[in-house]
Amino acid sequence: MTDVVIIGCGVIGAAAAMELSRYDLDITVVERENDVAVGTTKANSAILHAGYDPRPGTLMARLNVRGSALARDYCAALDVPYRQCGSMVLAFSERELATLRELLERGVKNGVPGLTILSGGEARTREPALSDAVLAALWAPTAAIVSPWELCLAFAETAVKNGARLRLNTTVTGLERMEEGWRVHTSAGDIETRYVVNAAGVDSDAVHDMAAPHSFDIKPSRGEYYLLDKAEGTRVNTVVFQCPSERGKGVLVSPTVHGNLIVGPNAESAEKHDLATTARGLDFVRETAKLSVPSVDFSKSIRNFAGVRANTGRDDFLIGVAAPGFVDLAGICSPGLTSAPAIGEYAVELLAGEGLALKKKEHFDFQRRRVRFKELPEAERQALVERDPAYGRVICRCETVTEGEILACLRTPVPPVSVDGVKRRVNAGMGRCQGGFCAPRVVEILARELKISPGDIVKDRAGMNILAEETKGGGSRV
Amino acid sequence: MYELIVVGGGPAGLAAACAAWDSGLRHILIVERDRELGGILNQCIHNGFGLTWFKEELTGPEYAHRFIELLARTGVEVRTDTMVLDVTADLRVHMTGPATGYRIERAKSVILAMGCRERTRGAIGIPGTRPAGVYTAGAAQRYVNVEGWLPGRRVVILGSGDIGLIMARRMTLEGAKVLACVEVMPYSGGLTRNIVQCLQDFDIPLYLSHTVTQIRGRDRVEQVVVSRVDEKRAPIPGTEMVFDCDTLLLSVGLIPENELTERAGVEMDPRTKGAVVYENMETSVPGVFTCGNVTHVHDLVDFVSAESQRAGTAAAKYVLHGPAAGESVSLKNGPGVSYTVPQRVRPQNVEKAFNVFFRVNRIFGKSEIVVRARERELCRFKRDRLAPGEMENITVPVKLLEGVTGDVTVEIREV
Repeated sequence: MTDVVIIGCGVIGAAAAMELSRYDLDITVVERENDVAVGTTKANSAILHAGYDPRPGTLMARLNVRGSALARDYCAALDVPYRQCGSMVLAFSERELATLRELLERGVKNGVPGLTILSGGEARTREPALSDAVLAALWAPTAAIVSPWELCLAFAETAVKNGARLRLNTTVTGLERMEEGWRVHTSAGDIETRYVVNAAGVDSDAVHDMAAPHSFDIKPSRGEYYLLDKAEGTRVNTVVFQCPSERGKGVLVSPTVHGNLIVGPNAESAEKHDLATTARGLDFVRETAKLSVPSVDFSKSIRNFAGVRANTGRDDFLIGVAAPGFVDLAGICSPGLTSAPAIGEYAVELLAGEGLALKKKEHFDFQRRRVRFKELPEAERQALVERDPAYGRVICRCETVTEGEILACLRTPVPPVSVDGVKRRVNAGMGRCQGGFCAPRVVEILARELKISPGDIVKDRAGMNILAEETKGGGSRV
Repeated sequence: MYELIVVGGGPAGLAAACAAWDSGLRHILIVERDRELGGILNQCIHNGFGLTWFKEELTGPEYAHRFIELLARTGVEVRTDTMVLDVTADLRVHMTGPATGYRIERAKSVILAMGCRERTRGAIGIPGTRPAGVYTAGAAQRYVNVEGWLPGRRVVILGSGDIGLIMARRMTLEGAKVLACVEVMPYSGGLTRNIVQCLQDFDIPLYLSHTVTQIRGRDRVEQVVVSRVDEKRAPIPGTEMVFDCDTLLLSVGLIPENELTERAGVEMDPRTKGAVVYENMETSVPGVFTCGNVTHVHDLVDFVSAESQRAGTAAAKYVLHGPAAGESVSLKNGPGVSYTVPQRVRPQNVEKAFNVFFRVNRIFGKSEIVVRARERELCRFKRDRLAPGEMENITVPVKLLEGVTGDVTVEIREV
């Protein structure tokens, strides 16, 4: 019998797993997909919000501010790309200026440090590309940008290194209350456990209903984005928001930790797994973003994508004990990524309240480093290639990712099985050619290292096979 | 210290290095990121190469091999499996490779011959899902011709560039069903011979003034939606056609790969997306030359070889005899012309005549290419037909530039 089963390994499930792995516990994380971080975690604005948005007094307010501070420390400890670049919320009218004052007041109540309202001129001095129509801006110095999937990977890897079991390709089909604890029915057999944590993202309502009376519905909201070439990556230096409305925090223009520019999202209600972009949605994103930053050059787009947020129609996360020994971490909409580390901590607290005995591990391994060849100084590059020639072979030209880095990520505690899995770990294929050159070589490396046929290599999820069949001459026969 | 470092061992780099050797340089290095010389020609196993240069019809690998054989007779040093990461304005070339290690080599001159890459789905923003099964035509070509794998069985091709057309035929020969080739412009971007030999001969329909407006399918492409477009290339509602397919190939343009060029501080031309070059393929940075598809996208490799030979000869002249002298005139594109290469000509540096390569921006019938200095006409050339898919080339006697200062304009007049 395991102590805790966590359902879902997005950033929330991974954070909970990592926090629990600080203690002497038997932890099992089950994830439906073939990798971690593949739901909402990988498709969002990649922002760590300062914390002026949530209504004071809510759990969301507390976890946002706490999460923002924790994320900063965790990113440093676990080598996750992070940059505290600050954010601005723009006001274009007196009415929006009133909204800024309201946000400022909320922020102060929530304990957000350093908030100030800048005049339009001050805002443009700081951010010259802003529109002349900007009347004022709320400046939040603690807002940051992050690699969301690497944050999740770092949490998941840390959990696994500290003893947690990660069971991928495992779908939970039912939960059964036992005398003591729960029987978790999955597509890969049953798991008996004392406690269950529901971190199932957009499907957290369905998982909740397996354990407790129906009490909420996830009403997903889809957001569509543009990702622009690095040539546009310094168009702005901070996260530029527009005033929030009921539909969300509006269209933002922001640098990414990878050096690109991200623009989006819109907010449309959608089916749970509908990740399609639309011409209408993308038009809206472009037009709306240009109100903030008119000079964004959308001809430099390298990718569009869409993500779904697990909205519930309420203005707080749905976190709590829903049944004996069953904790919901549900309705994690924005600012979920920011709050994740604090949600992980809080999950431990809730489980302790349910009777989970916590005994700190003597040795908790809280370190993670990976080689980023591109960022190394010349002398270190030289030494590295001399030591291991695989670091001399550049596989992804656009992002300068070497074979050594790809081989290294295959030896991490949560290794990739797909081309996109490699991309999330080492950035191969993230650049301007979008894998046009390196995808065939990543397929080749994966097939060789995993000892499977190239025909079985998938782009991302199971079923996303890249190659159909061997040619008449045949790849394996030449 | 090398006399010349050539970045890229494709057709451009090979021809440039051979020419530089023939012109007297003896310390030349070619740096090639792939494991073999030849560049993208190695995956172009169809024929049709070399008709102009070798006066015979060769496959891509054969064409490359001719130059590799010529190179083997020289003392040019080659480092394969080695990627250049940086070229500085003072001509230090940073490179890395498993056998090479991480090294910085100095050179008296550098020829940039990195070629081009393909435009992607993200660049043109096709809405819909993001399943497996969407490839650039060149990536598909690599899978089929080099790796020996067919990427899909029912195929729609967006864009009628040459690689897309070639892949329509190639996929068909491998047993795939190519349902349609879809082109947003009212004319094809590829060579006429490829339209005939790769589409018409296989009964593959070409939909001009159409584009893909949606991709459907969760794991693998299941359908694509194709719509007709108006004169402004906007999709016309109500014209949607749905194709059941598992693959979408994109042949929607090539972009010169100039990240190194830009980092070296070379002046760029937004029209070609390559360096601004003089008549001898020299850039704005002394000693740095560029040739081939990194300078402007060519239609035929034969022209790449010719251009690169000039670059190699010029680099040798630069190293052995010093910088080229003389004032320059600028070439401007007049009506009908998308760009010109070179963009600048130094008459003092031209012996008899110089070549101007350019593309037109629409289909023209019987026309004349007119070269003028302000209102004074310098020369004109007759053509029966001009198309954007085919690169044009005129030879202008240098004596016509006598007394010309300022700009020279190239324009098209339909007659």
